[in-house]
Amino acid sequence: MIAELFTTTVLVGILASGIRLATPYLYASLGETFGQKSGVLNLGVEGIMLLGAFAAFYATFVTENIWLGLLAAIIVGGIMGLAVAVINVTLKAEQGISGIGVFLFGLGMSELLFQKTLGTVETVSGFSSIYIPFLSDIPYIGEIFFQQNLLVYVAYIMVPVSWFVLGKTTLGLKIRAVGENPEAADTLGVSVNGVRYITQIFGGIMSGIAGASLSIALLNVFQQNLTSGLGFIAVALVYFGGWRPFGVLVGSLIFSMVNALQLWVQVLNIPIPADIAVMMPYVLTILALVIAVQRVRPPSALTKPYERGG
Amino acid sequence: MQAFFIRHPKVWRAFDILLPFLATLAALGVGAVMLMAFDANPVVAYGALLEGAFGSTNAIADTLVKATPLLLVALGICIAFRGGVINIGGEGQLVLGALASTLVGLTFPDMPGYLIIPLALFVGFLAGGFWGAIPGFLKAYFNVNEILSTIMMNAIAVQGMNYLLKEPMIDPVQLEAASRIPQTARLSAAFDLPRLVPTRLHLGTALAIIAAILVFIFLWRTVVGYRIRAVGMNASASRYAGINVPRNIVLALALSGAFCGLAGAIQVFGLHHRMFTDGSATGFTGSAGFNGIVVALFGQLHPLGAIPASFLFGALIVGANKLQRVMQVPASFIIALNGLVVVFVVSADYWRRRMARRREAEVVSEELISSEAEVPT
Repeated sequence: MIAELFTTTVLVGILASGIRLATPYLYASLGETFGQKSGVLNLGVEGIMLLGAFAAFYATFVTENIWLGLLAAIIVGGIMGLAVAVINVTLKAEQGISGIGVFLFGLGMSELLFQKTLGTVETVSGFSSIYIPFLSDIPYIGEIFFQQNLLVYVAYIMVPVSWFVLGKTTLGLKIRAVGENPEAADTLGVSVNGVRYITQIFGGIMSGIAGASLSIALLNVFQQNLTSGLGFIAVALVYFGGWRPFGVLVGSLIFSMVNALQLWVQVLNIPIPADIAVMMPYVLTILALVIAVQRVRPPSALTKPYERGG
Repeated sequence: MQAFFIRHPKVWRAFDILLPFLATLAALGVGAVMLMAFDANPVVAYGALLEGAFGSTNAIADTLVKATPLLLVALGICIAFRGGVINIGGEGQLVLGALASTLVGLTFPDMPGYLIIPLALFVGFLAGGFWGAIPGFLKAYFNVNEILSTIMMNAIAVQGMNYLLKEPMIDPVQLEAASRIPQTARLSAAFDLPRLVPTRLHLGTALAIIAAILVFIFLWRTVVGYRIRAVGMNASASRYAGINVPRNIVLALALSGAFCGLAGAIQVFGLHHRMFTDGSATGFTGSAGFNGIVVALFGQLHPLGAIPASFLFGALIVGANKLQRVMQVPASFIIALNGLVVVFVVSADYWRRRMARRREAEVVSEELISSEAEVPT
């Protein structure tokens, strides 16, 4: 049975799904990286992803236009990001707890809206695969990398873009300064809370797109608790990646590959109980955190609200 | 306004206690807007909520029954907070405690209740403690963020529960009937926690209140409790004073988990008399592991304050269930409302801290003035 996993078709299948399934992790974790770099932990990513996923699905279902669906997810994500900023930056709430509130709100609200509007599980035709000319014809490699949909490609493009913005631009410098030494940044005239609002809204938008990538690009359905813990893993991936976009990429790929493997194990009816298989990514996350945290130090001001003279 | 509060410490103290209520009312206000969006009359809806929570003896008993796990989890959260760590893992610890105690009950079906009930509750306490000790150990010795690790431990516990209830621990009746509902057999009726009055109210509620008093004594009247609080207040000062900081971090999270585990065991033996799952944690726990955090905040992170706070929050949940049935809104409305309450209560804490700081500053400046006056000229 296990040997069935090691045929070429299945291996290519696992790798291709692995590349594809990294998409929601990438959007959510890259957005969260910006937030944490600026010193704010948004633990509500899961809830925002659910709302984004629903918004995208519903808008696509009604208008039959995937772009309006994506736009809906961006708007909902942005609004939720703004709400998170008000809670965590202006009202200085305990970030570990407020995030659970945002998660519960998103979980309940997305399900509530789903019940009231659609009621039953529907499907939409989401983003379709784009075959990159020539590259997609390469045996195996083409199928793994170059026959994916647009949101998948954009997720990977966001990795170097995030690296560039965080590492090489003035905005990135401000974000890092605010997360490492807000007092110094404030002295130099950087608006600490202003920068944190920007990163939280951006993080919300990215979480919204992460949700949309599930509901209108990868799975093309919406159902209760569609994300099932993915958003929490995305937050952990930021720690695992050492607050670096390329580190986040490595983490996302490891996790999506494990997920893809687990899905194929179920598809091939290999007798490992599904519940145990689903458990594996979480066990892996804890192990990954043990290893990763030894290497890098989190931003100094992470989870610490800024208080002038405080 | 603020100056007024500063000069009247008693009013200020009352404001402290009142603040979470105001925050909850604000959350209910947002909930009312949501209800109106669904064509439900919020006045009728919240009337049903009050009726459901306090309308009859049974309603009040149900409120107390709901409050019981919330109080126990809140006690755990208080210990963790006082020890300087945040325990988001109440859900998983509760599940572990429930599973372990159920296992005890299923293993010894013919033993007398006076032996099995205390044993099962103690095993539940230990199991929750074990589940809390793991993130504690990782935090103390590997510097792993306990917020993240406890969330992951929740997910692991839920998947483990789903597996156990579908396969090894499933009710034999469910196997024969081929319906395979994931739940265990009903525990022997000899193991039911005694009912206090002819309602659903059981001994667990009294146990939880006793536990609250014990936790208070533990944290403020024993050396071990003092060490935990010292580490929570200032870890480096504690280290200089010779306190073993890592060990106390593990202890704080283990004890925190233990009370959540006890909550799970009491849910099984006092209320459900079996273990079941709907695939998520919420099906069994009713989000008590998260709501206990809010209860603890409500009670100003004080074990005795958690007693009335848990009663109020229990009322909110029982009432919300009634509201949902009467108004025919989906159950997910309650989860969303629950999230709003969490957000509003933690956000409102801002005003409490701000006021506290203003007051401290005032006291310090007054002391400065008076000490200057004493300088001999």
